[in-house]
Amino acid sequence: MTRKGEAVLEDVAEAVDARGATVAEPIAAAQTASRAPVVDIRGLSLTYEAADGPVYALSNVDLQIQDGEFISFIGPSGCGKTTLLRVVAELEQPTGGHIKVNGVSPNEARLRRDYGFVFQAPALYPWRTIERNIELPLEIFGLPKAERRARSQAQLELVNLKGFEKKYPWQLSGGMQQRASIARALSFDPKLLLMDEPFGALDEIVRDHLNEQLLKLWDKTGKTVLFVTHSIPEAVFLSSKIVVMSPRPGRIIDVIDASTLGRHRTLDIRETPEFLKIAHRVRQGLRAGHSYDD
Amino acid sequence: MMTDAMAAPAHAQRRAPTRISEGNTGPVLVVVLAIVALWYVAAVLMNWQGTADAFERAGESRSTREIAAASLEQERPMLPAPHQIVMELKKTVIDTPITSRRSLVHHGWVTLSSTLVGFGLGALLGIVLAVLTVHVRTLERSLMPWIISSQTVPILAIAPIIIVVLGSIGITGVLPKAIISAYLCFFPVTISMVKGLSSPDPMQRDLMRTYSASISQTFWKLRMPASMPFLFAGLKVAVAISLVGAIVGELPTGAQAGLGARLLAGSYYGQTIQIWAALFGAAILASLLVGIVSLAERLVVRSMGARPT
Repeated sequence: MTRKGEAVLEDVAEAVDARGATVAEPIAAAQTASRAPVVDIRGLSLTYEAADGPVYALSNVDLQIQDGEFISFIGPSGCGKTTLLRVVAELEQPTGGHIKVNGVSPNEARLRRDYGFVFQAPALYPWRTIERNIELPLEIFGLPKAERRARSQAQLELVNLKGFEKKYPWQLSGGMQQRASIARALSFDPKLLLMDEPFGALDEIVRDHLNEQLLKLWDKTGKTVLFVTHSIPEAVFLSSKIVVMSPRPGRIIDVIDASTLGRHRTLDIRETPEFLKIAHRVRQGLRAGHSYDD
Repeated sequence: MMTDAMAAPAHAQRRAPTRISEGNTGPVLVVVLAIVALWYVAAVLMNWQGTADAFERAGESRSTREIAAASLEQERPMLPAPHQIVMELKKTVIDTPITSRRSLVHHGWVTLSSTLVGFGLGALLGIVLAVLTVHVRTLERSLMPWIISSQTVPILAIAPIIIVVLGSIGITGVLPKAIISAYLCFFPVTISMVKGLSSPDPMQRDLMRTYSASISQTFWKLRMPASMPFLFAGLKVAVAISLVGAIVGELPTGAQAGLGARLLAGSYYGQTIQIWAALFGAAILASLLVGIVSLAERLVVRSMGARPT
């Protein structure tokens, strides 16, 4: 192993230390000491049998997420970031460990409708207008029509889609469709917003716009957001905390605090030394994760 | 975030409806004319011998041109000429009162009524089977082989059995024929509905799961609307087949009325023109029925906000 390789490994060791220490950071501790974590993951594993042997999608994952945080999960494909999000949403079942969402099991949390999920694609139903797509969860929860209409109107305003309520999904651009899907996830005011690479299919410019809007939305609503991405700038720009993951087995190799960038950010902060420092650390973590393959 | 302007160009681009039917008329007309011309040639060739023999028996000698002309005006030709079929259709559809037993409209209506009842029953059965198959895993395994093998049995063999069995328990008239056409037409509906009900992608289904939606909510709000285009594809095939079923149902019973009865009577008495007229009547009826289903499809699809094509 080269000198450089050793240095990287040391970094990882530091990073792992840092992960243990993040919860103990003075400011975070002061803010959250009295509250239980919104998502509490301990020793979580998910293994499934494939044709060529078992696949360790998640291995011994520990993570506590506090109320109001914006957490990004970043890592190469196969690192289990999407799987982890889907476990929180109870779309996948873990094979080991413990997980609590809002203090209850993921199943209870799902039945209680504690979270809104935004998928990689807008997944709007093409036979419903934008307005009625946003009202879909409300219809399922059995809200009266007037209430549904009022809520969808408010959500449309929140994501700047006013005037498009009677349009069908195909009449909107990709970015607008994804905004509609965010409005749909927020329409029933869930405590948690789970987002699985929501802007992955969009071009850079649209993505930048949506990132800014998402931050404003987070600030306004105070939701806890779990955000899966494979873009380093996106992760650093959005997050209060970045979870770096690595594949084979899927695990957390670093948790980076990015709250030092402040809560009100503009795209300009991407040029600041602090931003670049955090981005650098994310990149190092990702590289370290990959060195296991060589 | 994007301005409204971003959506505008794409919108304008899609708005202009291009009617290509005008461009289609020409080619269709050419094909029809070619078929008619070929038909006349075939009619002359096939009826030639009969016509020539008839003249010979009568002891008349005619020129080639006269024989050719006469071969298109035979009373019982091997192959009737198109204008003979048109005249027969005019005579039996327009000139004959509907109440008459010679009216093709009367026979068409008899067949149509069992077609529609059969289509209704078959479509309903097809949809119910599809819904069961999609929702109950064990039914998918146990039912599907039967559904498929039901269609491998020749309907001509089954039809008399159905008529006799139902007749013995006192069910006669429209219903036995309708059941035969339902037996034929449920199949395309089942197959297309199974495909349609399973067409929502994993994300659309996961979405319902994140809402903790019940099975019936998922069905009515996701599976059913998603299956509509598939349903209509199946219904279009089914409506045409159910007409075939109704006609087949009329054949073995020696039915007194209906397009099938008309076909059968025509072949008994060698009334080729009558057979062909009944055939054309059935074809016109089938296209009308398919046209009505297509129209319903267009209305439904439009009300569901589909992109105009």
